[in-house]
Amino acid sequence: MAAVLNVPTVLPLHSFLAQQGERDLLRFSTAGSVDDGKSTLIGRLLHDAGGAFEDQIAAVKASKINRAGEGKVDFSLLTDGLKAEREQGITIDVAYRYFATPRRKFIIADTPGHEEYTRNMATGASTCEAAVVLVDVRHGPTDQSRRHARIARLLGIRHVIVAVNKMDLVGWSEAAFRKVVNAFEGAYHVPISALEGDNVVAQSANMPWYRGPALLDLLETLPVGQEAQTAFRLPVQLVIRPDARFRGFAGQIAGGRVRVGDMVTALPSGREAQVTRIVTYDGDLAEAVAPMSVTLVLDREIDLSRGAMIVSGEKPESARRIHAQAVAMQHEGLVEGREYLLRHTAQVVPARLIKGSLAMNGIGEVELEITKPLYFDPYTINRSTGAFVLIDRLSNNTVGAGMIERAARAPRRVSAARQAAAWLRKAADKLEQFSDGAGI
Amino acid sequence: MATLSHLRALEAESIHIIREVVAQFQRPCLLYSIGKDSSVLLRLAQKAFYPGKIPFPLLHIDTTYEYPEMIEFRDRYTREIGAELLVYTNQEAVAAGANPYDLGTSKCCHQLRTRALVDGLKHYGFDAALGGARRDEEKSRAKERVFSLRDAHGQWDPKNQRPELWSLYNGHINKGESVRVFPLSNWTEFDVWQYIHEDSIPLVPLYFAEPREVVVREGSLIPVQPNVKFLPGEVSETQVCRMRSLGCTPCTGAIRSQADSVLTIIDELKEFKRSERENRVIDHDQDGSMELKKREGYF
Repeated sequence: MAAVLNVPTVLPLHSFLAQQGERDLLRFSTAGSVDDGKSTLIGRLLHDAGGAFEDQIAAVKASKINRAGEGKVDFSLLTDGLKAEREQGITIDVAYRYFATPRRKFIIADTPGHEEYTRNMATGASTCEAAVVLVDVRHGPTDQSRRHARIARLLGIRHVIVAVNKMDLVGWSEAAFRKVVNAFEGAYHVPISALEGDNVVAQSANMPWYRGPALLDLLETLPVGQEAQTAFRLPVQLVIRPDARFRGFAGQIAGGRVRVGDMVTALPSGREAQVTRIVTYDGDLAEAVAPMSVTLVLDREIDLSRGAMIVSGEKPESARRIHAQAVAMQHEGLVEGREYLLRHTAQVVPARLIKGSLAMNGIGEVELEITKPLYFDPYTINRSTGAFVLIDRLSNNTVGAGMIERAARAPRRVSAARQAAAWLRKAADKLEQFSDGAGI
Repeated sequence: MATLSHLRALEAESIHIIREVVAQFQRPCLLYSIGKDSSVLLRLAQKAFYPGKIPFPLLHIDTTYEYPEMIEFRDRYTREIGAELLVYTNQEAVAAGANPYDLGTSKCCHQLRTRALVDGLKHYGFDAALGGARRDEEKSRAKERVFSLRDAHGQWDPKNQRPELWSLYNGHINKGESVRVFPLSNWTEFDVWQYIHEDSIPLVPLYFAEPREVVVREGSLIPVQPNVKFLPGEVSETQVCRMRSLGCTPCTGAIRSQADSVLTIIDELKEFKRSERENRVIDHDQDGSMELKKREGYF
């Protein structure tokens, strides 16, 4: 089955490249301890898909440290890239590894499981669309695996895959597998043996009772790029003005799509304009989608600078007080009453924590008051416009991360009022169009 | 258009990072090493500010052990695209005769690359330096943030990296500190070559196979240059070979290869079983080599 992963050498180069060009990208996180067989699993994926090189494997084999046991390759040495990690046998910080199959490119964010390094786990998981949580079938879920699954869900990862490992050690027992399935919630459960390779890249003959896909199959077929469910959003990073004739607004599209001719709104000014050009180095585009980095030219001069957002369709919410789920990531925790710098999209604004202190590694609900209205979407429908980090003004360190749920005050009334206002605006527009036509 | 291809998704991410650097820092630069990754980074910088020019200078740390082809390419190409080029060398060490034969590769590299880089950044007052390093190159690089903080001495503290979530990069620093930024963090060697192919990016001819005069040293082919010394018993021979990654003349080996174009290199790369930095002597001179060098300020 490993042959499936290797690119057939008979494939002519041009069709090989065409196939390369069509592949999309899946970022997934992994967590679990060495004892759960995480490193063995990653080692197998990398090795079988050609993501690890012979000289790297040879260096691992030659290492003085080997926790895998006599005669076995300790694959954790491939991912634990820091000296301190190899010496202590723990993962401290997230390591990124890369591999590809003919169907898809993968980025693995291999994250630490210890509570002490929650910030690094969150760092790794924040950009992922799937999470693989390893569980030893003999011991069931541990605190670490539960924490990883919890953080993964908190960070909006919809595909939490529970890989129930070491099935070979329980005689491939379905009952043992079911016990873990019942004890540990996830979108998918796959019974595997990372050591033997069962259900990792190929269907296992040892577990005919399991009819689901092998782990790699699952990773190859999960839907990707469906995160942002909002209309067009472009946080403006820079204004590009090479000369007096050109003024373009540069940024990475954070949701939806934009076409030349679209009417867009600049926030916070609320001024409207029409998109006249979508500029890229490789030529102008008629249309652009998330997550492309583009430069927009508008048909009229409106006030727009870094930190502003260009939107169309349903507007983002706006509030000076926000309610969010947050993680405290440094020793001092997050302290009620303290002021932080809040980094959101392409802007930095002072914000005060008005409700919900958190100790280090704590996860919980907070409320923040911002010095000016923040334009956002709930994190669950748009990660880019719903996420923020908190920065300590003195140390400059990133001390917290948050996912916005809603405006903090009377959200229902606000949104009802907003809907009513939008409806009125639409109605007024129609009336105007009508009167325009009628007037001539 | 359902989803972007992986390469265009990486491109968009990199452009976003480069733009953040210009927005967040007073005086950024791009560390230009003339290699293939630098060449891709340079193209991405052009894309990020188009139709404007790249709004920061390129800094080349010249060890004086560079291949002549690299210097020729550097001067011609940067002029062609209208980029501002700065060159910095640790003149003191060069005057003192620093070379890998007497100092050993580890000390020589520290003087001519690490020291020169840290001093060069300080000399010009740069608070951010964009580099073309990738996480798939080496295991300590695999651990590094996109915005990687350096203290006033240019040193990296791998055990105390800032959290870096989503694409929210924290560029807040105190006086004296600086940030190394790696927009190609998530690119693989293969991605780089595919991008060079798709976007027709010009490269130094050293990457392409041709007959070259080399000495075979511990399995590596070291191209003969005026400053490459022969060790006792060594003789030169002619081999068809190319460089897979570029470094100093005495410390970077070539590989036997017939690949003389980007397409044939990609074809060859599909079959590779060994990593690209294998022929970089400096990565292997002691355990945890790269991590130690990076802690001291190496790029």
